[in-house]
Amino acid sequence: MVLRLLITACILLLPLPSIAADDGYGYPIKGAYEATILGTPAALMPALPGQVRTRQLLLDAVPHRKKPPVFFYDEGLRCTFAYQKKQAPLVFLIGGAGANDRSSKLVIMMKALYLAGFHVITLPSPSHANFIVSASQSGIPGDLAEDSADLYRAMEGVWKMVEGEVQVSSFYLGGYSLGATQAAFVAKLDEERRSFNFRKVLMINPAVSLYGAVTRIEDMLKLIPGGAKKQGVFFNRMLSRFSEYYSYGNFVAINDDFLYSIYKEKLFSPEETAGLIGLTFRINLAGVIFASDVVTNSGYVVAKNRVLKPTDSLSDYFLVSTHLSFFDYFNEYFYPYFQKQRPGLTREAFIESLSLRHIEAYLKGNSKFGVMANENDFILTKAELDYLRELFGPRTKIYPRGGHLGNLEYKENMAYMVDFFKDKEVLP
Amino acid sequence: MRYHACRIAVSLSLALPLAGCATGVKSQLEVRPWHSINEFRDQRFADVADPWEGFNLGMYRFNYYLDKYLLIPVVNGYEFVTPTFVQHRVSGIFNNLGEVRNLTNSLLQLKGGESATTLGRFLTNTIIGLGGMFDPATRFGLDRHDQDFGKTLGYWGAGSGPYLVLPFFGPSSVRDTGGLAVDTGITYGIYTALDPFADTGHSFAISAGVASLEAVDMRHQQSFRYYESGYPFEYYMVRFLYHEKREIETGKAPTAN
Repeated sequence: MVLRLLITACILLLPLPSIAADDGYGYPIKGAYEATILGTPAALMPALPGQVRTRQLLLDAVPHRKKPPVFFYDEGLRCTFAYQKKQAPLVFLIGGAGANDRSSKLVIMMKALYLAGFHVITLPSPSHANFIVSASQSGIPGDLAEDSADLYRAMEGVWKMVEGEVQVSSFYLGGYSLGATQAAFVAKLDEERRSFNFRKVLMINPAVSLYGAVTRIEDMLKLIPGGAKKQGVFFNRMLSRFSEYYSYGNFVAINDDFLYSIYKEKLFSPEETAGLIGLTFRINLAGVIFASDVVTNSGYVVAKNRVLKPTDSLSDYFLVSTHLSFFDYFNEYFYPYFQKQRPGLTREAFIESLSLRHIEAYLKGNSKFGVMANENDFILTKAELDYLRELFGPRTKIYPRGGHLGNLEYKENMAYMVDFFKDKEVLP
Repeated sequence: MRYHACRIAVSLSLALPLAGCATGVKSQLEVRPWHSINEFRDQRFADVADPWEGFNLGMYRFNYYLDKYLLIPVVNGYEFVTPTFVQHRVSGIFNNLGEVRNLTNSLLQLKGGESATTLGRFLTNTIIGLGGMFDPATRFGLDRHDQDFGKTLGYWGAGSGPYLVLPFFGPSSVRDTGGLAVDTGITYGIYTALDPFADTGHSFAISAGVASLEAVDMRHQQSFRYYESGYPFEYYMVRFLYHEKREIETGKAPTAN
């Protein structure tokens, strides 16, 4: 509905694509930030049905937890299950940071795979409030090893729920962004636990190092005049420019034409665009910080021992949480917790553990893995891109542009994704 | 029909705030949090005047339950038994009837060109589009201009007033709630004057059926689901986005300081 459009417009909207160089790749948006915000124009997405046969699964993954009343609407981990009526392989898909099981990127991936004959189960990101409340053992997301263990338990749980209803020939795994990095760790866990024996694992736009990736996103907020602490001023200014533009143009409604026009007019500068991406990240992070704090009763942004009721105002918490940076979260909340759990853990060693390098020996040359990445994805450095090439060799597909996830829904990318899972040649 | 839906919803909702009141005894002392509002010197963003936030949060929650236990199951049943082709035709008919509201409000805003377009749309879709079942007007380049009395009030300078969450209808404002009442009154007036089912002898039953179908279709066309985002601050984002969209579309720039 309108809300999504407006979210795109207000929070994510920005300048226009220059026509891309003719390098045989048809995704049109050249700039990394623009691509990230605008995604794929609808006409360039694959034709997919409006609805596929799905049902929602609700898993009580942490039965001993007494859920805080402010999360009264959370009835368990929500996963979406698209099922065939005949025997088929099943693909588990993990969403990127902040994604729930029905995020638009997961849904389009699910539909494409479903149409190609797969069963699909989508899972929220461990950084989504639903996962924190209903599936995270610690309630503190961000550690790749623990999040992946939670994910694996959740997968086992939902599989148990549907096992009797469908015939599954084999299991596959995929994820995008943070979910892609987590998929690598989940696959490694599967080597020991053997519940699924994943035959192929596809990582789309993974982060190599979580700390590095987030540092680069946080840096985008530094481009805001006055710095990140003035994000409210910045956002309000962007918004008023947006609506002034609307009121002097002759637009029918806030719709695709309007957005396209903003893009063409280059209403926002590259710095402002980057600032808006950084702000979107902060809005997501605010949900993580708040949900985690309430679940663990840590007294970080909500007074310790305060029990929030469903009708209590969260307005101040919203403001406080959006103003906390990833580094605040990391240094004051996240790292101290894990340091207590693992005495002797240094900051450097911890940061290193939040990286693909940590399981490099397992990943290197492992033929079940495939990677899709973009040359201009700002969450990766040049060196990290080379590292992915070196790690996965010919099964690394690198597109010339697309920013971070901007081209995920582009038809050529979707076709590559489907082929990766279908193609028997890739099998070990 | 909107009256009926409203009345039922209001009476149901009156029971709700009371239910949430039982709180446990505070057993442990609260400890001040690490971070609080006092340390941040910045404008609030996504901020909207909401003096009745407690009530609104309750109503937001009520709508969630109304959806969950009544509307969504009914809509799902409707979608299950009705072929997609028929669903589209039903939506088309109700959307076409909505052009009457668009037209009256375009006229009230003295927007000549827009009124002509809307009238053209209505006639085209009614005649060639078989009562709105199909939408040839859009293909002829006659774009839909959504209008309502809330926007008309805004156009003539009325402020939105505080944010207000209505039962069944959801996010609104004092101004838009007034607008909704006026639009509904006009529609009801036209309907009473025409009384299209008078000759059938079952006017009331048929009207009730049509009204129910309209309500189901309305929810069917609306993809928003309360709390589906799972984002802990969803209420604030929805409030902000609703407010901002209305302000922008009534031609008001937000207050930038």
